[in-house]
Amino acid sequence: MDLILPDFGLLFWTALVFVLLLFVITKFIWKPILSMVNEREQKIAESLELAERTKEEMKSLQAENENILKQARAERDGMLKDAREVAAKMVEDAKTGAKTESEKILAAARQSIESEKAAAVAELKTQVASFALEIAEKVIRGELSSDDKQKMLAEKLAGDINMN
Amino acid sequence: MPLKIVHILALLMSFSLFSSGTVYAGETEEEFNVGEMIMHHIKDAHEWHLWGPDHGGTSIYLPVILVDGTSKVFSSKHFYHGKEVSFELSKDEEGHYMEGVGPAKGYALYHEKIYKLKNGQMIIKDGHAENAKPLDLSITKNVAFMFMSVILLLVILFSSVKFYKKNGAVAPKGIAKFVEPLVVFVRDDIAKENIDAHKYKKYTPYLLTIFFFILVCNLLGSIPLIGANLTGNITVTMFLALCTLLITLFSSNKNYWKHIYATPGVPMALLPIMIPIEFIGIFTKPFALMIRLFANITAGHIIILALISIIFINKSAAWGALSVPMALFISVLELLVAFLQAYLFTMLSALFIGAAVEEAHH
Repeated sequence: MDLILPDFGLLFWTALVFVLLLFVITKFIWKPILSMVNEREQKIAESLELAERTKEEMKSLQAENENILKQARAERDGMLKDAREVAAKMVEDAKTGAKTESEKILAAARQSIESEKAAAVAELKTQVASFALEIAEKVIRGELSSDDKQKMLAEKLAGDINMN
Repeated sequence: MPLKIVHILALLMSFSLFSSGTVYAGETEEEFNVGEMIMHHIKDAHEWHLWGPDHGGTSIYLPVILVDGTSKVFSSKHFYHGKEVSFELSKDEEGHYMEGVGPAKGYALYHEKIYKLKNGQMIIKDGHAENAKPLDLSITKNVAFMFMSVILLLVILFSSVKFYKKNGAVAPKGIAKFVEPLVVFVRDDIAKENIDAHKYKKYTPYLLTIFFFILVCNLLGSIPLIGANLTGNITVTMFLALCTLLITLFSSNKNYWKHIYATPGVPMALLPIMIPIEFIGIFTKPFALMIRLFANITAGHIIILALISIIFINKSAAWGALSVPMALFISVLELLVAFLQAYLFTMLSALFIGAAVEEAHH
């Protein structure tokens, strides 16, 4: 029966020991341990947060870099395109320039040929005229060398006029 | 490694049994009384019996402190080595009590309780002493064991704190590595879980203290020779349950009492039944705490002792092949029970406190 009956002496000592234990370890053990654990947990939480933030930052930085790279690439592409266009235009310009020049030269050449030709023809004409005159003079001199011949000519000429 | 410890424990356990009670070699006529031996072991005593027979074996005699007019302090040796008085208990049963000698003169020890002799004798009727009892504040086996456990607990805890003092808030090493998870467990899974988030901090030190106190006493208590049945003593569990009850009552708020005297959602007609039930509930909860810890730890001690006793009942060491493995199994189970009961007591205390400080939910 006394197994389930409380004993005052033991109760007294239990109460004394337990209450003392409670106060001593609350003050000297639980408070420092819990504060340390809290501090560490806070530190860990902060570190995790910092890591997370850094990750975010890295991500945004990376995105920024990507953007810059993209922009640079686009710019480069643009520049290349421009350069290509300029080059093409220059070639084109050079081509057209050369063409007009050559055409001009050709035209000039043709003109000079034409004028040369005209000059040559004119000279030929004068030459031919002078030859004709000489020949005519010589013929006329021969025709007019005797009276008979003069008369025959006159009559022929008269005849030509009449026919007209 | 842990297995090895368990083996050693089992060995010690059986060793301690040789010492227990009335077991001494087959030469004596005295019958081996299992019940008496077990009761002797699980109850408190004024001596720390190590081995050998009840009288004349090896014991540590603990100080007796009596307050009877004046306070008297003397060794319990004066009882155990006093004058043994036999008397007729019933027709064929004999009872004994020890009359104190020397400084213990005028007192007698009967069933581990100290009585004041009346006209130089004990008045015992049907096995009950009717003599007056002096106020007995002796350092009994349980008290001595409690001192030891608390000292061990303090050593463990102070060396943990020393680690933090030296190293700051870093990951724990050494003994702190063992203590910290338990502390964090009590704080997070017991206190935080059951008590309002902004109130649990106030109660965490109490919960931690009962958890570690019960755990250390449970574990040390299951070590043969140095273990006493402290947490399996009704006085101790009563005190711990009383602490929880007092904390519950002193921190209770209006909402808690409203739930008792006007349980929300209960029809008015039922209140005359509900109020007494709820009111009794205030006390049955810590009462259950008291009984649970007492019964679990005492039962563990009884089972192990009973299993080992098989050897002595049959008076053959061969029975050890059966009883030792079984006792070993129960010992391992007791390790689990030691943790489980510490956890349960703390968890339920937190639950009761949590219910007392809970704010009304709208």
